[in-house]
Amino acid sequence: MSAFNEDRLAELIAALPPAPEAWVRAAQELPIARSQFDGIIARAEADAEFRQALIADLEATLAHEGYEPKRPLVDELRKHLADS
Amino acid sequence: MAETVSAAQLVARCREGDEDAWAALVERFSRYVYAIATQGFRLPQHDAEDVFQEVFAKVYERLDSLRNDEAIQPWLAQLTRRVCVDRLRSGSREEATDEPEQAADPDEDALARIDEALDVHDAMAALPENCREILDRFFARDETYRTIGEALELPAGTIASRISRCLVKLRDALEGRKAVPTRSGGQVSV
Repeated sequence: MSAFNEDRLAELIAALPPAPEAWVRAAQELPIARSQFDGIIARAEADAEFRQALIADLEATLAHEGYEPKRPLVDELRKHLADS
Repeated sequence: MAETVSAAQLVARCREGDEDAWAALVERFSRYVYAIATQGFRLPQHDAEDVFQEVFAKVYERLDSLRNDEAIQPWLAQLTRRVCVDRLRSGSREEATDEPEQAADPDEDALARIDEALDVHDAMAALPENCREILDRFFARDETYRTIGEALELPAGTIASRISRCLVKLRDALEGRKAVPTRSGGQVSV
């Protein structure tokens, strides 16, 4: 580790600026998103009409069903629907 | 940025399903992942955001496979590197043939600096809150004396001297710590 003079410390503190808040929040909400994901997929497997609605307009269908259509939930659902 | 528990302790709590621990783990390493993507691999913001979310999604899925909780940082670094490389390669494939291919090679100097910076930020976490705040706001968030003074209810004219005193405390804290091995280049099973 190099000597820590003031300039070096300043450079190293500045080297880690905060990530955008929305990104951090979305990642922090992963457990909630996963829980919602499981419920939505289970319903989509049991309800063909719901599944078609998700495929046709994912965000609008989620919003209509009372889910907030944001990352990472939307990403995970889109990937799952495309793969299945 | 207050850190009263170790990253390894947070990992153990995450594995037990503690959502607060997960939020704290993301907070702890969010700057690190962001810096690797944007400085180490020079990804533009929209790609960096995809990488950021993909990395934490993989961490969440694979936390059980981490054999040593103490290794969370090198594991995360290696995972982030892989996701960045994948992103750059897939981006290159999608580019038109007359576009120059974007290099997937990281800036190793930047990655080394990021690891060292994380040590400094860890040391900052042990400083009194006012020092932590003032250093982070001035250097990492690039706030002016005036903005800092208003936010922390301090006279703007005292900010420079406070920064100087806090840097001395930080240097003392770092010099009292043991050197930590380089992490992002380490080989860790993912």
